[in-house]
Amino acid sequence: MTSLLAVLGGLLLVAGASFLLLGGLGLVRMPDVYNRIQAGTKATTLGTLLTLAGVACLHPGWTMKLLLIGLFLLFTNPLSSQVLARAAHRSKVAPTAATEVDLLDETKGDGA
Amino acid sequence: MNAMPIGRARNAVALFAMLMLIWIMLEGSVAIDVLLVGAVASALVTFVQRDGLPIVTEARFTREAAIAAVEYVGYFLKELVKSNLHIAAVVATPSLPVRPGIVKVHTRLKSRTARVLLANSITLTPGTLTVEIEGEWLWVHWVTMEAADPEEATQQIVAGFEHYLEAIYG
Repeated sequence: MTSLLAVLGGLLLVAGASFLLLGGLGLVRMPDVYNRIQAGTKATTLGTLLTLAGVACLHPGWTMKLLLIGLFLLFTNPLSSQVLARAAHRSKVAPTAATEVDLLDETKGDGA
Repeated sequence: MNAMPIGRARNAVALFAMLMLIWIMLEGSVAIDVLLVGAVASALVTFVQRDGLPIVTEARFTREAAIAAVEYVGYFLKELVKSNLHIAAVVATPSLPVRPGIVKVHTRLKSRTARVLLANSITLTPGTLTVEIEGEWLWVHWVTMEAADPEEATQQIVAGFEHYLEAIYG
């Protein structure tokens, strides 16, 4: 039973690390700041959650604390990403030339 | 001040319960001394933050809302996994098939907390990132844009979460 949990924990850790790796790859490969934030936010959220789940399997006693860490992560991670993206857009960081539309730019142009 | 004494008492109790739960989760024990310290600390915080936390106070306290909350969490986790596989596939494809764009979507949600939760949920789901919120409009960065039209984009990005959040926050 214990070894089964250990195997599951190890698999979860590997899966989490893989997503984190892909997130890192995304940071390098994506063409502009907005796409990089996307890759960074999503991959790190699931990657970290899977890692936490893996640790919970290896140390069942920590489960509740890990659950709390996961919750805080779910609340704060998207928030910081959104604020970063907004700050970038407000300071007029240009999106990649491949960007098809920027309705935010147009709306603000029409308004004040 | 005492316009809604029942509502305020309910909010205080909800906040106290939430703080106690977090305390017990952090301590990992329900020994009497642990509970006592937690109760004192939670009561103090509840007293300072008498109006409660909006995430709790703006929610409806009905059976339907509770069911919707559970469904929302399930739907959210499903979307989170989908989102990661989606981004992972994009990143791992040599040609990097992105089609980025910032689209404008509309929400029917009135509660500020519900709007925050919606914006956060959008950020964590397939290829979308909330950039700006103003009133009932959200501007969303979309890695693989499928629709520029606000109506269609709203349908694709917002509708799923809105359905549940509306039931919880009205």
